[in-house]
Amino acid sequence: MKALLRALALALSLSLMPGMSTAQHEGEYEQPHNDVGDTESLQRGARYFVNYCLGCHSAQYVRYNRVAEGLGITEEELTENLMFTGERPFDTMTIAMRPEDADRWFGVEPPDMSLLARSKGTDYIYSFLHGFYASSERPTGVDNIVLPGTAMPHVLWELQGVNDAVFSTDASGAEHFEHFEPGIPGELSREDFDAVVRDIVNFLDYISEPMQLERRALGLRVIAFLLLFLVLAYLLKREIWSDVK
Amino acid sequence: MATRQSDVVQRMGRNFDSLVGWIDARFPMTKLIREHATEYYASKNFNVWYGFGVLATVVLVMQIVTGIFLTMNYKPAAEEAFASVEYIMRDVEWGWLLRYLHSTGASAFFIVVYLHMFRGLMYGSYKKPRELVWLIGMAIYLCLMAEAFFGYLLPWGNMSYWGAQVIVSLFGAIPWIGEGLAEWIRGDFYISDITLNRFFAFHVIAVPLMLVLLVVVHIMALHEVGSNNPDGIEIKEHKDENGKPIDGVAFHPYHTSKDLVIILVFFIIFAAVVFFAPEMGGYFLEHANFEPADPLVTPEHIAPVWYFTPFYSILKAVPNELLGVILMGTSVMLPIFLPWLDRCRVKSIRYRSNVYKFALFCFAVSFIVLGYVGLQPPTPQYALIARIFSAVYFAFFLLMPFYTKDEKTKPVPTRVTK
Repeated sequence: MKALLRALALALSLSLMPGMSTAQHEGEYEQPHNDVGDTESLQRGARYFVNYCLGCHSAQYVRYNRVAEGLGITEEELTENLMFTGERPFDTMTIAMRPEDADRWFGVEPPDMSLLARSKGTDYIYSFLHGFYASSERPTGVDNIVLPGTAMPHVLWELQGVNDAVFSTDASGAEHFEHFEPGIPGELSREDFDAVVRDIVNFLDYISEPMQLERRALGLRVIAFLLLFLVLAYLLKREIWSDVK
Repeated sequence: MATRQSDVVQRMGRNFDSLVGWIDARFPMTKLIREHATEYYASKNFNVWYGFGVLATVVLVMQIVTGIFLTMNYKPAAEEAFASVEYIMRDVEWGWLLRYLHSTGASAFFIVVYLHMFRGLMYGSYKKPRELVWLIGMAIYLCLMAEAFFGYLLPWGNMSYWGAQVIVSLFGAIPWIGEGLAEWIRGDFYISDITLNRFFAFHVIAVPLMLVLLVVVHIMALHEVGSNNPDGIEIKEHKDENGKPIDGVAFHPYHTSKDLVIILVFFIIFAAVVFFAPEMGGYFLEHANFEPADPLVTPEHIAPVWYFTPFYSILKAVPNELLGVILMGTSVMLPIFLPWLDRCRVKSIRYRSNVYKFALFCFAVSFIVLGYVGLQPPTPQYALIARIFSAVYFAFFLLMPFYTKDEKTKPVPTRVTK
């Protein structure tokens, strides 16, 4: 009986253990170690996002004024720093590029960014933005080690520079990625570029679930309340059962 | 002053009594409360396993209430469904909480129902005179599976879409009528807006109505025969001079006060998931479902949500698709026959043979292993494991009449123990 219970508990905890996901390839990608509570990082990330990404990638479920709220800025600061094309603060972050044009120019419609951090994972985005290297075979002049054959150009090339990728060929003729070597130098040092990417990832993480800080904060209060209630309920139960032999 | 106050209290009490009397003359209110709460006696030695029934009821109520509020903002149309869920998550006041309660509630429902059913296996709760309680319970379980399946399409994520595609196409494996049947279920040649609309109708009206009705019938049948207990003996056989079972205590206030403690412990665990891990590492909310449904792009690994994977593994274990579908269907239905497959008269595992304990242990392990394998990408190794444990799963039921026929049981006490 005891063994049965133990086995059941073990199996239950195993089957519920987070981090065994098959969809996210944990360990394969580099972790960004971003912090959604870091408002300054979010502000920088938002600025990079509207400058570098929002030209092609929409965030169609995200409202500008909700972003302002999470970034801790006023609506004036929002319109001055993050909104350039005459949207109103309650609009969502859409783009002007029509899907059929995108299809003609890139061969693919650039995906919406609202939920990318939840569908692909922050580690995927962080690694993808680090993954560009010079390739003469691609129309954009670059390929990506995380998503080979990507239609996306190396938007951050001015900051990072353009890396060269070193491949080794094994006995069967298959190519394996070894490492990157610096090619064309960029404006930023390696550390500074990592920080820029981390800020972008942080912003995408935030917009994928804007209420996540609120959720955790409320969770602590709810559980504290339930624990207190549990103590009272237990005392009530003990009192009621005191006459049962 | 004091006399005047007690006068008021007395008058209020008299008014209340006359109101109750007025209702009782027209509706059996007091009678129902007595029969189902204050004078419904259940064994005083219930352990934690006896808490999962009430937890299932609590989760059902929570799913209905959160579901009502979600429906107020959800749009059951292929063009709008995904966006409306994000609208609920971002723009509706407390919408994110409603949605996480509902999505976590779905998984929690299956956890408590599986444990509730396992309790029945351990203590022989399906045996005479509770066969109907068990059968109605199985009907509830089948409805619950349908409810979860229909509901899973509604967010219109890519996993929703392809999960429904795979499951509905299983009906296509049935000879002659299969293709037509699958088409009839979808209302289209593929999963489409039409399918979403009808799944919505089933999810919010048809199946919940059945569920609530069956739960009421389940409880009525239970209260007619009386609750089982960890000793598997009938407390009705030993009554005091007032006709009250000596080993029983009234459902209210005894079991209700105990259940409140159990409910709160459950809510603490539940809140930990809702507030700190609503995706549960991709098991409760799958990563691929944060991308909208795309009929042209399949997710890299399609698997049903964890609560269906034990049966899905049985399907995958069989090379022939039709046979796989039949065996999967059979594996879901087999527990229905337990009252007649089990020939041992002793109910509780406490007094049953080591053979039965071992068989039940193997069953629990096979269920969990099959569930785990069903979540993994298909490999030959996992296929082999799935085959072995599918055999164990079926053996538990099909060999039961043989290994329970002449069981060496321990003597059963006449009165409940600790």
